[in-house]
Amino acid sequence: MVDVNLEGSDSQVSSEIRSLAENMLENLEQGDVGKAVALVNDLNQLRDQTLYNEIGRLTRALHDSIKNLNVDTVGAASDISETTDKLAYVLTMTDKSANRTMDIADAGGPLAGSISERGAELSERWKKFRNREMNTAEFRELSKDIDEYLVSSSKNAAEIRTQFSEIVLAQDFQDLTGQVIHKVINLIRDVEGRLVTLIAMAGQVDQITGINHEFESSTPAPEQGPDITPEGPQTDSTADGVVGSQDDVDDLLSSLGF
Amino acid sequence: MVCKSRILEVALDKNMKILIVDDFSTMRRIVKNLLRDLGFTNTQEADDGTTALPMLQNGDFDFLVTDWNMPGMTGLDLLKHVRQDDRLKTLPVLMVTAEAKRDQIVAAAQAGVNGYVVKPFTAAVLKEKIDKIFERVEG
Repeated sequence: MVDVNLEGSDSQVSSEIRSLAENMLENLEQGDVGKAVALVNDLNQLRDQTLYNEIGRLTRALHDSIKNLNVDTVGAASDISETTDKLAYVLTMTDKSANRTMDIADAGGPLAGSISERGAELSERWKKFRNREMNTAEFRELSKDIDEYLVSSSKNAAEIRTQFSEIVLAQDFQDLTGQVIHKVINLIRDVEGRLVTLIAMAGQVDQITGINHEFESSTPAPEQGPDITPEGPQTDSTADGVVGSQDDVDDLLSSLGF
Repeated sequence: MVCKSRILEVALDKNMKILIVDDFSTMRRIVKNLLRDLGFTNTQEADDGTTALPMLQNGDFDFLVTDWNMPGMTGLDLLKHVRQDDRLKTLPVLMVTAEAKRDQIVAAAQAGVNGYVVKPFTAAVLKEKIDKIFERVEG
């Protein structure tokens, strides 16, 4: 982090100014106008020198600060463009995982469906047998079907179990993307800190050169109608103006006559 | 109420043509799968309003399910275009979106949305909203 603390040199400069001014006053009181005017020159020189020194120092600090931001002007290998790549990786990973999970669910659905439908059908026929409403031929058929069902449902259930563990595995993106997002958060924090330093530095430039900014207008922009733009998910459902749940949405809509 | 919705289930045309608009393919897939589970299999997809609008204008769709926040044309703009189009203005529109601010929901209602579901949502919520929309449209 670049040090922008100028107070040390400030006090040094002001003590020099003071001693020059005191000398000048002394010379004037003693009637030595010539010496006093020469001191005015010294004062001027001191002011210029301080200005040059500070500007030089600030330029160096600014340069370091920009270098530390790691914003490569050529683009390729900067932290920022690396971050963009990292976020693209998060997008790819989550997309892949979501699709993988849905693929598995799509494949497993019919297996579970067959267990349930076939089971219900066999159970009806079994009931019929228990009620002695079944002839030998029908029972032979039922026994064959039950046999098949036991084999196929055991196979289907085993496959569904494999699919479940694949679904669990497909959640590994959370760990990987989490690590990447942590890195990105750290980078943003770092950049934010450095930007604050830059802003502080810009403030120092104003102070040294004695520039006063006339802010064009401190009055807020004229009120325009509410600008309704999409903002993406609200991460804080308790924030002002944010509707907490689907129930609240429904309440709001029904209050509007829906 | 239960009885009513059961009658409605029969009345709802499971073959109705539905357009699903979302910029994320996974979300389109989720909505498509949920609709399929509810018995609606005649679905098509678009990734934003700009692609969806010509599809709607040329495609005799019966129902539009759209996200809000999309590059190109947003779902709200798509909704406004639909309501301005003489042939499309009565098309039932369900917005499925992460936008959950009061002002936004009011704006969507004013633009003429028929239903509003906030993400993340469940299959039950989606079904309830679809039932409600067609109950109102047909009744």
